[in-house]
Amino acid sequence: MVTNATSLGRSGLFDWLIQRVSALVLLAYTVCILGSLLLAPELDHASWRAQFDSPVMQIFSLIALLSLCAHAWVGVWTVTTDYLNEAHLGRAGTLIRLLTQAACALLTLVYLLWGVRIIWGG
Amino acid sequence: MFADSRTYLRRPQHPLRPAATDRSHITARLSRKPAANILSLAQESGQRSKVKTGRPTNLNLFSIKWPVTALVSITHRISGILLFLATALLLYLLDLSLASEDGFRRAGELLSAPAASFIVWLTVAALLYHLIAGCRHLLMDIGVGESWRAGRSTAAAVFVLSAIGAILAGLWIW
Repeated sequence: MVTNATSLGRSGLFDWLIQRVSALVLLAYTVCILGSLLLAPELDHASWRAQFDSPVMQIFSLIALLSLCAHAWVGVWTVTTDYLNEAHLGRAGTLIRLLTQAACALLTLVYLLWGVRIIWGG
Repeated sequence: MFADSRTYLRRPQHPLRPAATDRSHITARLSRKPAANILSLAQESGQRSKVKTGRPTNLNLFSIKWPVTALVSITHRISGILLFLATALLLYLLDLSLASEDGFRRAGELLSAPAASFIVWLTVAALLYHLIAGCRHLLMDIGVGESWRAGRSTAAAVFVLSAIGAILAGLWIW
């Protein structure tokens, strides 16, 4: 099935699982970060830096980053295949979708590498 | 009968149930203009696969009705796309704030500038909405609130809760 070549897990079941598991990770990470921001209103650079430098947080941040990228891709794929297709856009639909998906994939990859650099780059 | 993933372009799919991705804004109501749909259905099934689902699909957002469940669904998508783009801003702020004492101060200044703080508020509001609507999905995945009536009330609850969240986020930022 050619239309399936751009999905992340190459199967609806696997994409479903990726989307849910990454959602739970992102929920936990968001609660953690927003919670720490709310509990420490007088935040300074040293404690902010220390928070992200702890090994536990580095690993958690990296897992959250990977989850973000996977989750984003499943979402982008679902939305682009729904709206950017030949039924909506005529014959150029597939080309427009693939170009949009390529741009989104590039952006996702940039997020991943940039994020790794921020988290592990020191 | 639709449990076989081949029937619908291998969407993100619940192991036991069909169409787990919330597409209720797509399948909610068929158009009041049937002719346009039959045409688009023909194009869709022709484009998509040789396996015919026999299920009508209407993807024309301008011709469908919008019950509250559909609004929750499309807003979930819009907030998701916003968050995808806003991740660039969040990573930039994280990078800047972690880089140095000076960068941390500059990130703080940036957050208090009117335009930037509005974008940050919009991002936080979209994040809260996406999280709450996502929790509704996860609850439905484990079988909670799947009925039509419950689906409508949880959809309304998603809007109310995230509106409260957006107001609180506004008070926090400004």
